[in-house]
Amino acid sequence: MLRADGIKPTYEAIEATRQALGLDGPVYMQYVHWLSRLFRLDLGISYSSGRPVFTELMSRFPATAVLTTGSLLVALGVALPLGIGSALYPGSWLDRLGRGCALLSVSMPGYWLSLILIYYGGVKLKLLPVTGMEGPSSLVLPSIALGFGLAGIYIRLIRTSLLDILGKLYIKAARAKGLAGWAVIAKHALRNAWLPSMTLLGIHMSALLGGSVVVETIFSWPGLGKYAVDAIFAKDYIVIQGYVLLMALVVVLVNLAVDMLHMLLDPRIRLR
Amino acid sequence: MFQTRLLRTGAARVGAAIVLLFLLVGILAPWLAPSDPLQIHMEHKLSLPSLEYPLGTDHLGRCVLSRLIFGIRTSLYYSLMVLTAVFSISVPIGLLAGYAGGKVDHVIMRIIDILLAFPSLILSLAITAMLGPGMENLMIAFVAVWWTGYARVIRGMVLQIKESDYIMAARAAGTSHLQIVFRHILLNTARPILVLASLEVGTIILSIVGLSFLGLGAQPPTPEWGIMLNDSRPYIQTAPRLLLFPGLTIMLVVLGFNLLGEGLKPSNHGLAEARKEEEVSP
Repeated sequence: MLRADGIKPTYEAIEATRQALGLDGPVYMQYVHWLSRLFRLDLGISYSSGRPVFTELMSRFPATAVLTTGSLLVALGVALPLGIGSALYPGSWLDRLGRGCALLSVSMPGYWLSLILIYYGGVKLKLLPVTGMEGPSSLVLPSIALGFGLAGIYIRLIRTSLLDILGKLYIKAARAKGLAGWAVIAKHALRNAWLPSMTLLGIHMSALLGGSVVVETIFSWPGLGKYAVDAIFAKDYIVIQGYVLLMALVVVLVNLAVDMLHMLLDPRIRLR
Repeated sequence: MFQTRLLRTGAARVGAAIVLLFLLVGILAPWLAPSDPLQIHMEHKLSLPSLEYPLGTDHLGRCVLSRLIFGIRTSLYYSLMVLTAVFSISVPIGLLAGYAGGKVDHVIMRIIDILLAFPSLILSLAITAMLGPGMENLMIAFVAVWWTGYARVIRGMVLQIKESDYIMAARAAGTSHLQIVFRHILLNTARPILVLASLEVGTIILSIVGLSFLGLGAQPPTPEWGIMLNDSRPYIQTAPRLLLFPGLTIMLVVLGFNLLGEGLKPSNHGLAEARKEEEVSP
């Protein structure tokens, strides 16, 4: 199952590799070894490239992190005005625009959007670089490709949660007190309406930090997704193991951050 | 009568029409396609749309329209098969976990939690890599990963329905557990499941075509939309129309299913939608 190019390895080669990787010891000793190396930030050496997995992961993580930030900014940049606007004026042209955008966003294949962006942004108008990572301008197209697909969910979520909150009694109370319209929206409604979107933002952030295979492949972005998929194809288990560990860490940290933000925004959670 | 009640909104009717059109064209593909989707004509390669080739030809001189039409049979039909498989696993398991409760529920939910802890795309990629690329293996990988989320949502619905008064009334009237599950609970979850399914086909189509685009799904020369897009990438400068048509086709069919799903939802306003949105998203 693990052979490269279908060449059968010799018995001696198998034994030598087993000893080199410490696979001849009992399982619990293998685990102890693995843990002790983990504390020294040693995740092992990749079978296929022969380079240490930890440095490889660390060299690719920034690219994915930058792309994650960029695409979430695009998603929220589209979704916030449309979501808030369509909740404040239901049935208006803004609402219809938001609806159309949301539908387009969930129906548009990300890989096709990427290709369209490459065609118009790179080939036709020659405005922006289309491959690799050579500065801030090369971030634009992949961020739009990834972010637009997410925008639709946020438009709908912001619209529904804001509409829901605007019908609440405390909003009426705030208006009755004579607070200005924008203050009611900004201080009372949005702060409450923001919570469900933030939970979703956490889920998306940890998913995006795992790297997007398709967009990274199309734009030759040197991120984690491409690295992990290449490792899966090469059956490079050391790399896959390191990647899964990193992802687990990312998910835990992002969830912690989201919980803390929740506490910051919602005093009711703090008191519990 | 049943349909008019279900498809109240105009958007839902448009969606249903698009979906029906695609299904029909797929079935009638051999009669509707102007030429053989696999026939290579190197002398006609990259030709512009004409009477013989309504959407032109690709880099091997194959008829683009015919390939798109036969592509329904791979891209759309395989997605529908994945959907059927996903729901025929997740519905019984969700019903069992929700209705039985107790230890059964606990064991099933922990298994689902473990499976959900992995990033789904990475897990299905890993399974595909283990089994080898190909449409059947891709489908197995998808079903193995995707049933979990639905089983959890369906269990949640069952838990809610189980507590309602009419179930208690049915119990008091001496209805057997089996009858309660099938006649009262399953029928009441049917509509939310239908909505969930039609919203989900779009995502499944996008993912399956996307993985074929990466070379993990259907293999050339199969007429498949993802393969068509990938084959056309080198011609982005000389023949961008080759990228336009498959992309538009994918978007149209996904749009159709999304419109249908949106229209089937009981209400487009308020909390009900917000709840559903949260349930669907993970």
